[in-house]
Amino acid sequence: MNLSRAARWVLRGATWLGLAFLYTPLIVVAVLSFNTATSLSWPPKGLTLDWWRKAWKVDGPSDALVNSLQVAVVATIIALLLGTLAAFAMQRFTFFGRSSLSFLLVLPIALPGIVTAVALQNSFSRTIDLGLFEFRIGFGFHSLVIAHATFCVVVAYNNVIARLRRSSANLLEASADLGAHASQTFRLVTFPLVRSALLAGGILAFALSFDEIIVTTFTAGSGFETLPQWIFANISRPNNVPLVNVMATFVMLVSIPLAWMAQRLSDGDGIGTGR
Amino acid sequence: MGESTITGARIRPAVQLVGLRKVFGTAANEVVAVDDVHLEIGEGEFFSLLGPSGSGKTTVLRMIAGFELPSAGAILLEGQDVTRLAPYDRDVNTVFQDYALFPHLSVHENVEYGLKVKGVKKTERRRRAGEMLESVRLAQLGSRRPSQLSGGQRQRVALARALVNQPKVLLLDEPLGALDLKLREELQVELKQVQREVGITFVFVTHDQGEALSMSNRIAVFNHGRIEQVGSPRDIYDHPSTSFVAGFVGTSNLLNAALSHRLFGVDAVHSLRPERIRLVHAEVADGETCVSGTVTDIQYLGADCRLRVTLDNVDGTTSGDRMLATVASDGLVGVALGGPVRLAWPRFAAYTVSSTDPTTDQTTDPMRVDFTGGTPP
Ligand SMILES: Nc1ncnc2c1ncn2[C@@H]1O[C@H](COP(=O)(O)OP(=O)(O)OP(=O)(O)O)[C@@H](O)[C@H]1O
Ligand SMILES: [Mg+2]
Repeated sequence: MNLSRAARWVLRGATWLGLAFLYTPLIVVAVLSFNTATSLSWPPKGLTLDWWRKAWKVDGPSDALVNSLQVAVVATIIALLLGTLAAFAMQRFTFFGRSSLSFLLVLPIALPGIVTAVALQNSFSRTIDLGLFEFRIGFGFHSLVIAHATFCVVVAYNNVIARLRRSSANLLEASADLGAHASQTFRLVTFPLVRSALLAGGILAFALSFDEIIVTTFTAGSGFETLPQWIFANISRPNNVPLVNVMATFVMLVSIPLAWMAQRLSDGDGIGTGR
Repeated sequence: MGESTITGARIRPAVQLVGLRKVFGTAANEVVAVDDVHLEIGEGEFFSLLGPSGSGKTTVLRMIAGFELPSAGAILLEGQDVTRLAPYDRDVNTVFQDYALFPHLSVHENVEYGLKVKGVKKTERRRRAGEMLESVRLAQLGSRRPSQLSGGQRQRVALARALVNQPKVLLLDEPLGALDLKLREELQVELKQVQREVGITFVFVTHDQGEALSMSNRIAVFNHGRIEQVGSPRDIYDHPSTSFVAGFVGTSNLLNAALSHRLFGVDAVHSLRPERIRLVHAEVADGETCVSGTVTDIQYLGADCRLRVTLDNVDGTTSGDRMLATVASDGLVGVALGGPVRLAWPRFAAYTVSSTDPTTDQTTDPMRVDFTGGTPP
């Protein structure tokens, strides 16, 4: 396309403006985490690593970070297992109610978080009477994992089923035709085909769980705090604002390579595009 | 061209289908895809399954490959009953219509796949796959992914991937269907050549009668899950045994019983190829049948012309029976649209055919013209 010089400059300017709009707040947070002053003043008075040291020493932030990581990892693993199994079943078999089930599987991610949150909070706090025995799920690490898994499953399921749909159904037959037993077909064809989709789904699920706050607030109970909760609680305490900046920057640094990887994995590596 | 020396009757059969039947769906809503199919396919034969869409060709092929379990009947490979064997335990390989190449493997790895799962040593399978790729002229592209190949190249990879296993029988489901006409014709020649070289039995599914006629040793014509006729291309073309075959393979005039009675004194449907008909300018020769009629359409095709003629009754009134004649353009003197014309053909050019299911077959209109280029071999 031929653009006039002026038009090109305008476009270039607009691109940079857009990027600045997106990233200035992030950069501000990152820089402020090295600020000597506790207030959110700009420009920073001087630079220091004190906040970074302190963030790991005091109890709150590091505990919250570990909690968040644990919940995210366990929820992701559960989601990958259930989501993959569901995707295989949906792809492989036709049965009564299949399309409704498929809809029900992806619904949790479309529902407003607050609705899911209230529903889960309600069921976890109830005592469920099964006649023979009764039980109550209660709150804590386990309830949070269950809650997060509900929406993480969707991501895993969607990624895997999209990959399965895009790859020709004949591939499994072709493999058997060439002499491969079921286990060989799984190892040499099925798994390699869904591997990158699994990884991408896993990263997304992890990210979703890691920064979730609405459902978390309702289902964590009082004794358990995740990083987003800690940040939300401390952003209003002037003394802790620099620590909040440190945690935010840290999370950002960790997310960048993950986001990059997820992006790479989900758009074309030539795999899964049929023939 | 003489008769093929390879016919099923003379050589040990590679594939035998005995009373094969396949029913899909529930008891309340069943589809009989294949019904009562008996076939013997000889070793080294190029055998085509020809038929319109939905006639059950693919289903037969999938049963031979082991992807579908027959509802009744048996499948024998070189005399052994394989009806209930899994695909990986059968010595047959398939070339799929969409090729089904593994997208995550290179061309070379695709071709090696069958050898790999059978535990052939790495150096050995590299060598054999390399040779196979060489013989389909793809040696340079071994490291590419299937997504980086053209349609024709993918087709050849699929062929190489199947043939490298040296199966007893190669099954091909419309392997050229996705290609454009020019490439298709090229690959028809190539495929036939490969088959002659390797000497493996080919079972080839197609709905293109020209393709079937030009490539096969023998053809089975399918309609509604049943075999209408089995024979050499010549047989099928010159002596179609049913009205369906006459209409589906090439173009045919189907002369209904009443007209046949008037012309030949026989009360049975007859089939007559348009190219067997000539224009009569002067005398009718001995042993010829002659009719007169009115030209309703002239289609110029280059060397030939196609005339549509409405036949006259004996008393000179128009009968409504129509006929299609293919005649040399040179001989078209004195013939005009709407004018009278006399047609004749050797008595033996018209064959009795049995009429099959007149409600559904496509030959009730004797003028049906879907001549797709099949020429008598
Ligand atoms: N898995 C299936 N379930 C239900 N019906 C089927 C199934 N496979 C095939 N059929 C039906 O069986 C009949 C024969 O199908 P088949 O695929 O063998 O036809 P075909 O001759 O290969 O046609 P085409 O030239 O269009 O490929 C069709 O009526 C089809 O709808
Ligand atoms: Mg088919």
